[in-house]
Amino acid sequence: MTALLSVKNVEKRFGGFTALGGIDLEIQAGERVGLIGPNGSGKSTLVNCLSGTLRQDGGSVHLAGRRLDGLPAHARTRLGLARSFQLPRPFASLTVAENVRIPLLYTVNARPGGMLDGPGLTARCLELLDLVGLVRVAGKMPTDLTQIEMRKLELARALASEPTLLIADEAMAGLSHGEIDEILALLLRLNRQGITIILIEHIMRAVMQFSDRLVVLVAGRKIADGLPGEVVRNPEVERAYLGE
Amino acid sequence: MRNLPFLVLALLAAAAVFGAAKFVGNSYVFFAGYVVLQYVVLATAWNILGGYVGYVNFGTAAFLALGAYSSVAIHKLFPMPIPALILIGGLVSGVIGLLMGYLTLRLRGAFFSIATLALAVVVQTFIINWSFVGGSRGAYIVRPRTTAFFGIDYIEYLFLIMLALAVIAVFSARCIEHSRLGYGFAAIRDDEAAAEASGVPTLRLKLLATTLSGAFMGMAGAPLPYYVTYLDPASGFSLTYAVNAIAMPLIGGTGSWIGPVIGAVLLGTLQQIATVTISSALNLLIVGLVLVGFVIAAPNGLLGLLRGERR
Ligand SMILES: Nc1ncnc2c1ncn2[C@@H]1O[C@H](COP(=O)(O)OP(=O)(O)OP(=O)(O)O)[C@@H](O)[C@H]1O
Ligand SMILES: [Mg+2]
Repeated sequence: MTALLSVKNVEKRFGGFTALGGIDLEIQAGERVGLIGPNGSGKSTLVNCLSGTLRQDGGSVHLAGRRLDGLPAHARTRLGLARSFQLPRPFASLTVAENVRIPLLYTVNARPGGMLDGPGLTARCLELLDLVGLVRVAGKMPTDLTQIEMRKLELARALASEPTLLIADEAMAGLSHGEIDEILALLLRLNRQGITIILIEHIMRAVMQFSDRLVVLVAGRKIADGLPGEVVRNPEVERAYLGE
Repeated sequence: MRNLPFLVLALLAAAAVFGAAKFVGNSYVFFAGYVVLQYVVLATAWNILGGYVGYVNFGTAAFLALGAYSSVAIHKLFPMPIPALILIGGLVSGVIGLLMGYLTLRLRGAFFSIATLALAVVVQTFIINWSFVGGSRGAYIVRPRTTAFFGIDYIEYLFLIMLALAVIAVFSARCIEHSRLGYGFAAIRDDEAAAEASGVPTLRLKLLATTLSGAFMGMAGAPLPYYVTYLDPASGFSLTYAVNAIAMPLIGGTGSWIGPVIGAVLLGTLQQIATVTISSALNLLIVGLVLVGFVIAAPNGLLGLLRGERR
């Protein structure tokens, strides 16, 4: 069986600075992968390279056997790779419901056979907002949202494209204990529905609770990859975190 | 409101405008009205790229002039009726818009705007050195007194044509606004990376916007030689066009089709009145003052002012 996501030797440099020094990663369908690493270790850069937001300098990325590198970001999203942004980036001039409508129009409706009409779109928007618990604020502008609502909108928008792989870049930063549990429950539910998830997170409690596999990035290199319980006891990982 | 009822209403409004102009019975009304309508088209065209997609184009005059000079060239080769000239002018400026898009759309913000300014300079230099269309001396076009077919007064005919073009441009803008394309444009304007991540093919949509916007500007310019009867680069590439095309949507409100219409009618009429009562030299000053007033008091235009009050 081929992996859902296959990353081979992906490199990214910013000027003379190597942000990613050859990352290899294979992810099977259905996995819940936690991606951790100190600040500036290259996690977001990796997400940006996988999703096409940044152009990588070397290596290859395949999703379900299809080559992604070289494709523009919108094409990757249509192929089933969705990502949320570390700093929420809502469409500020559109309402919450319209924010979710964009990916429906441009992914679901752009795929062969996908043709939601006006009422169908509205219904699906509300369904997605309901999934993340944002129906109440459907008509609000993003600037009127609270921190957790903003994070949820970021997730709803990513989910609207009906991804097979969801990469959540720090979906829980800045949230309270209860709010973290809420997002965790949501991600676990999505995973049970068949979505493979990569979760990037600094909050170890959440990562440990969520992940069935842990990948550690330090200074643009993968230094550990395995069962969460074993990875956190890895001396090299301990050193990376203590040395922070 | 659906598109068809809107079109019917727009046509009725246009008929009312023509009826009113006819009622006044002074041909000056048609002369002045033509200019205002031309600005409705220009402001609407500018807004498709500037308001909907968020890319500020300083080169309006170049697109308008390309349409106008296409007409001059064709007039000298094999004269055609004005509607045909409008199509050709639109095609020429649309193609240049597409090219400009390809060359500049990887630039963002001020860099894109400066590039459009550069394009305007390049096009103007090209026209100045193209003696076939008059070069820097300019070109004369003899305007018939009446149209060949129905014997309509020619200035009324030009007015009607610009009125029809305004209806088409505004109708198109409104259709875009409420369509999938309009949502895609808005997403690009708000955040391009997030738009791409949401599946929006940003480059393709931006090219569509530069093409459409340029095409409508070219269409607005195509009848210009017949209106002015003498066209030289200084007037064809006048700064007034570029400034007005930006100021009018800003004054009205850039988010919606009606903003540029309101802005063009208000500012255009004001300028026409000032031209007869005081001097046309005041036109740019008027824009400047009005714009400063709006930037301070209503940064989102009249529409924003109205919405803000309702909320
Ligand atoms: N556009 C850019 N230009 C230059 N350097 C960049 C750019 N983006 C990221 N970097 C650098 O690349 C390195 C990795 O950044 P990245 O955002 O991927 O880290 P991260 O692991 O996501 O960190 P955090 O946990 O703080 O989000 C950092 O040193 C950062 O300064
Ligand atoms: Mg990051």
